Amino acid sequence: MKKRILIRGNDAIGEGAIQSGCMAYFGYPITPQNELTAYMAKIMPKIGGVFIQAESEIAAINMVFGASLTGVRTMTSSSSPGISLKQEGISYMAACQLPGVIVNVQRGGPGLGNIAGSQGDYFQATRGGGHGDYRTIVLAPYSVQEMFDLTCLSFELADKYRSPVMVLSDGVVGQMLEPIHKDDKNVERKIKDKDWILDGCKGREPRMVRSLLLGEEELEKYNWELNNKYKRIKEQEIRAELYNVEDAEIVIIAYGIAARMGKQAVKEARRQGLKIGMIRPITLWPFPEQIVGNIAQKVNSILVIEMSLGQMIEDVKLAVEGKTKVHFYGRPGGSVLEVEEILDKLREISN
Amino acid sequence: MFEELIIAGYGGQGIMFCGTLLAHLAMEEGLNVTFFPSYGAEMRGGTANCRVVISREEIGSPMVKNPSSLIIFNKPSLIKFSGQLKEKGLLIINSSLVEEEIVKEGIEVIRVPVTQIAQKLGNDKVANMVALGVYIRQKGIVSLESAIKGLESILLLKDKEEKKNLIEINREALKSGFNY
Repeated sequence: MKKRILIRGNDAIGEGAIQSGCMAYFGYPITPQNELTAYMAKIMPKIGGVFIQAESEIAAINMVFGASLTGVRTMTSSSSPGISLKQEGISYMAACQLPGVIVNVQRGGPGLGNIAGSQGDYFQATRGGGHGDYRTIVLAPYSVQEMFDLTCLSFELADKYRSPVMVLSDGVVGQMLEPIHKDDKNVERKIKDKDWILDGCKGREPRMVRSLLLGEEELEKYNWELNNKYKRIKEQEIRAELYNVEDAEIVIIAYGIAARMGKQAVKEARRQGLKIGMIRPITLWPFPEQIVGNIAQKVNSILVIEMSLGQMIEDVKLAVEGKTKVHFYGRPGGSVLEVEEILDKLREISN
Repeated sequence: MFEELIIAGYGGQGIMFCGTLLAHLAMEEGLNVTFFPSYGAEMRGGTANCRVVISREEIGSPMVKNPSSLIIFNKPSLIKFSGQLKEKGLLIINSSLVEEEIVKEGIEVIRVPVTQIAQKLGNDKVANMVALGVYIRQKGIVSLESAIKGLESILLLKDKEEKKNLIEINREALKSGFNY
């Protein structure tokens, strides 16, 4: 039987990483994700893994780059300002097709901002905050259970597609405690057979992993190859939760922590006789554009709610293609959405 | 059942442990529960509060705006939170440190000198368990026996030996609150 344990969101990410066979963690402290770094510091030595508190976020992501090259499952974590610093490394990992997990427990921004939970990094996460024509898979947990589950999934997807994967969380889900179900399984900690890792070329042809491609049209060809991979990911990996959308006249679209307030607003609105549903994107990239597009044809309007000035709304509008009106309600700077405020907005729209 | 609780006091009064233990007890009863700490540039002596939501249904927001219950350990917390309490709400006050009489209509006020009771037991740090004892008696979310069992299991999980030695006094504190 599955055990039910009470655990903090940040710790659940750490537990998910360990259950997924992560053997190398590199980080640099920042609130509100510090419990995760502390968790890894405690557990990694016990399982024969590597924990390094790097001298900076930039060093940490480049250590992930190096560890990934040897074939081990590896992870780094930070919060918004620290994730900005990692962007160069993420671009290089995408270019070299290196699997690795990057956790962002978002806080209020821009700049140093504050330490409250926020959703201000959607653009950075889904547009590839680093340079170049690349994509990063982005998973958005909305509960402590999903902090665990989606961390496990992120390691699988990283290996499956040889790609960096981001877990985009926030300070509220990171700090809160909830019961989760988890299996204690025998974790495979052996390096899986990968035909691209750099582990010494004795007895085989040397390999090279690089992102500098200077030959004529060499880089274009490589970018098209990457694009084929991104297409495959779009075809196979889109995930979203649909809640009460069948007969809905208005549909809320929200991810992560905002979706919790959204779901509560749906329940309350239904009690008051309003036909409201919700779409919760779990993969932010690839975005569930077909799901949103199809539902957009059936509803009167859509309300996007975010703990930001409005970022995901751009993906929603691209998916809706003008088929219905798209409204927005959000609060930036680490302020939490109130269910009552969402209900007010719903009443305003439905009138 | 749907319960939204705020526990508030000074840093060092065991606010977070009180909330965490309650969350653990609710989980053991098969209920859904969330615990959210107020964290910030806070320190011993600063303000500390946490929010616990307990429900049979899936829980939406873990943030509590209008609590159905409040456990207040000091005066600044009373000033900050008492106005937010719902009608017919439960207000448990540490009367050792808060002298004010509450004149708000339509709420249930229980004044318990939890700090003094804890001092009599030998350590004022267990005032949190006295208050939790009062709370679980009022709300009936768990039995005293289950609460004691949960407390022991949590303290036994701690790595440090000295935490294990604290089981006895914490258990007595819970009982004193429950039987107050």
